[in-house]
Amino acid sequence: MRKDQNLGEYLRAQGVSRRGFLKFCSATASLMALPPSAIAQVADALAKARRPSVIWLSFQECTGCTESLTRSHAPTVESLIFDAISLDYHHTLQAAAGHGAEAARMAAMEENSGEYILVVDGSIPVGNPAYSTIAGISNLDMLKETAANAFALVAVGTCAAFGGIPHANPNPTGAVSVSDIVTDKPIINVSGCPPIPVVITGVLAHFLTFGTIPELDALGRPAAFFGQNIHDRCYRRPFYERGQFAETFDDEGARKGWCLYKLGCKGPTTYNTCATLKWNEGTSFPIQSGHGCIGCSEPDFWDKGGFYNPISAGMWGSRDALLGAAAAGAALGVGSALAARARKKKAQAAEEA
Amino acid sequence: MTLLDFASGPGMQWALWIFVFGVLWRLVGALFLLSRKDLTKPRQYNSVAAGLGAIISRSAPAHAFEKRILFQHVTGYVWHFALFISVLFFAPHILFFESVLGFGWPHLPNTIILITAIIATAVLITLLIRRATHPVQRFISNADDYISIFVVLIPLITGILAFAHVGGRYETLLAIHLLSVEVMLIWFPFGKLMHAIMTMPARYQAGTAFGRRGVKA
Repeated sequence: MRKDQNLGEYLRAQGVSRRGFLKFCSATASLMALPPSAIAQVADALAKARRPSVIWLSFQECTGCTESLTRSHAPTVESLIFDAISLDYHHTLQAAAGHGAEAARMAAMEENSGEYILVVDGSIPVGNPAYSTIAGISNLDMLKETAANAFALVAVGTCAAFGGIPHANPNPTGAVSVSDIVTDKPIINVSGCPPIPVVITGVLAHFLTFGTIPELDALGRPAAFFGQNIHDRCYRRPFYERGQFAETFDDEGARKGWCLYKLGCKGPTTYNTCATLKWNEGTSFPIQSGHGCIGCSEPDFWDKGGFYNPISAGMWGSRDALLGAAAAGAALGVGSALAARARKKKAQAAEEA
Repeated sequence: MTLLDFASGPGMQWALWIFVFGVLWRLVGALFLLSRKDLTKPRQYNSVAAGLGAIISRSAPAHAFEKRILFQHVTGYVWHFALFISVLFFAPHILFFESVLGFGWPHLPNTIILITAIIATAVLITLLIRRATHPVQRFISNADDYISIFVVLIPLITGILAFAHVGGRYETLLAIHLLSVEVMLIWFPFGKLMHAIMTMPARYQAGTAFGRRGVKA
């Protein structure tokens, strides 16, 4: 897409029909929980949108988020929207390398000061900045420098949003999230390990349409996508209500598609849109393919007591400690009974004397 | 650490420790006080039969009071059965018990649990209102009675709300439910809730003592 071309012109050039474009606008408006009357506004704004500058920084991450967003399926309207941003800096996707790449970042920051969107995936190591550097610049310094003149930040993936796997106990690198470092800019957390592609395109569409950031939940995530938990939207919910559970991954219950709660599914405490938007062009999502939700879009999902422990089993410690408390209680019981008897005996002796 | 992390982690850990410590302290203490020698000459009796007999005979109201305590009697049974079913046969509860005890048992469908939980809650609220308004019951009630009722009532209400996803986000409701259960566990050994463990042994002991003296009770 040329810089002077707007999105409508670009999509037409790519062979996207007006019908296809409006269909996408309706879906986007619906995803963002906007009324039907807003569809025209979304279509109008998107068609006229100039592509905003986006700088994408990758810190302590596995590139899974980038894989999810860019290589999930063949080009669709969503991916064209994604193409339609001016991605001025992205390690994995850009052709430039070394000083040229850094120069591109600096140029984008200068040209679009106060207007560019900074996308971050990966956590930031603050224990020792040398754990992760780019062009000799620590992640911490690069984030601070690039965030200073950004319009808004999008923390893509659970690592950037909440620290993710690098932050998991014992957190050897001292990994923190973007919001732990940047406190004076709007931050949209698009969590998930990885996040669903259409969520990031939805967030960008909202920005292109309204020039603002979408409504966020308490954890800074777009409410339209993270407003409901997986359990409430799960197609296996009726089996939960009936008390029909898979006990193992290959028993009759598992084959019949019963609820995976007993196998550790974290659907009831996980907020994401997997059960509705699904993955791979709406084909399936983890629960549909027979594995419980691991709660990857929630903070500290790696330290919630194990993916295969049911939510209600809790993390109350060891049985040995409980037996120790029981033994201590029993010992005190014996002691207090003996003391009571001794007191009584003494009182009786005093009475007889 | 989120509220749910605290409630299902350290909160539950401390509550369970205090619960088993307190229960064992009171139970073992009471059992050790029993070993006092009885110097009377026993009548001819079967101590096990006498003990079990007392457990059974005291499970029904005495004839003289039958009509007067019928309401109390029926509501008491309904309350306890509804509570037991709700607590012991809800699948997520069984998973918790399994994690503590190392074994589980079959569960009932959620719909049945929801009905029994609502019955238990309604009956307990009725009994609470009656206790607070009936002149005699009010006179013989102390703070322990009211605290014991509240620490059981709150987990029931929060449990129903968490189950129905009403009144807040599920994890918040679940955390509040767990915290209320923890308050109940901590209060349990030191208040009248301890009757759940003491009642049957106490009846048995009274039955054997009566049997030894030739009293039919």
